[in-house]
Amino acid sequence: MAAGRAVAQEVQITSTGARRVDLKTKLLTVFVVVTNVLGNFSMSWGMKHQATDLGWAPLGYIRLIFTPWVLLGTTLLILWLLSRMTLLGWADLSYVLPMTSIGYVLSAVLGKVFFGELVTWQRWLGTSFIVVGIVFVGLTAANTTRQEPAR
Amino acid sequence: MVGIIVGSTVLADLLQSFEMKRHTVAVEDLRPGRVAGMLARLARRVPLVVAVFFMAVSFFAFMKLLSVADLSFAVPVTAASVALETVLARLVLKEKVTALRWAGAFSVACGVALLAM
Repeated sequence: MAAGRAVAQEVQITSTGARRVDLKTKLLTVFVVVTNVLGNFSMSWGMKHQATDLGWAPLGYIRLIFTPWVLLGTTLLILWLLSRMTLLGWADLSYVLPMTSIGYVLSAVLGKVFFGELVTWQRWLGTSFIVVGIVFVGLTAANTTRQEPAR
Repeated sequence: MVGIIVGSTVLADLLQSFEMKRHTVAVEDLRPGRVAGMLARLARRVPLVVAVFFMAVSFFAFMKLLSVADLSFAVPVTAASVALETVLARLVLKEKVTALRWAGAFSVACGVALLAM
C-alpha cells in the first residue's frame, strides 16, 4: 500500500517535472520564433531602403550592418542565435526545425502587410501545410535523446 | 546563393545540436548575472565556433539574397534544409523520429516549397 503510494507520488512528480520542462521548451520556442521573424523583417526593411548595390566587397556589408534597421535586425538575430542554441540543447533538432517553421508563415504575412508583396493561393496553401506539420510535430516528445533536458 | 545558404545552415545546425546536447544550458544560466559566464563557456567550445562560422557564411549569403529577392521568397526558399536536416538528425544525431514527426516534417517541407512558389 505504502509502496503503491510512493510509486504514484513519484509518477506525479515526474509528470509535473516533465510538464515544467515542456512549458519552458515551448516558451523558448516562441522566443526563438519572435526574434527570428522580427530580425528578418528589420534586415529586409534595412536592405530594401539602402541605395547602392552591395556587390561582393565585404566592406559594403560591414558598413551596412551599422545602419539602424540592419543593426536592429542583427541584434535580434544574435538573440535568436543564442536562444536557438539553448533550445537545441533542450529539444531534438528534428523537433526544433518544424516547430520554428511558423516563422516562415509570419514572415510571409509581414511581407504582405508591410512590403505589399504578393501572397498567392499557393502560399496560403503552403501556410496550411506548415501549420498542420507543426501540430503533428508538437504532439511528439521534444527530446528523445536526453532524459532531463533542463532544470 | 540558395545552395550556399542551405549547405552552411545544415552543417551549422548539426554541429550546434550535437554540441549543445553534450553541454546543455540550464535555465538558471539564463539569469542576467550568469549569462556572461554562460556565453564565455559557449565561446570556448570548438564545434560551436565552427557552427557560428557556417552561420556567418549563411547570414551574409542571406543578406545578398534579400537585396535581390522578396522576403516572402527568400525566407522560405532557404528552408529547403528542413527535410535534409530531419534525415540527418535521425542518421547522425540518432534522434528518435516517429511516424508522426516524419509526417510533420514532410508537411512542413511541402508547405515551405509551396510558400517559395
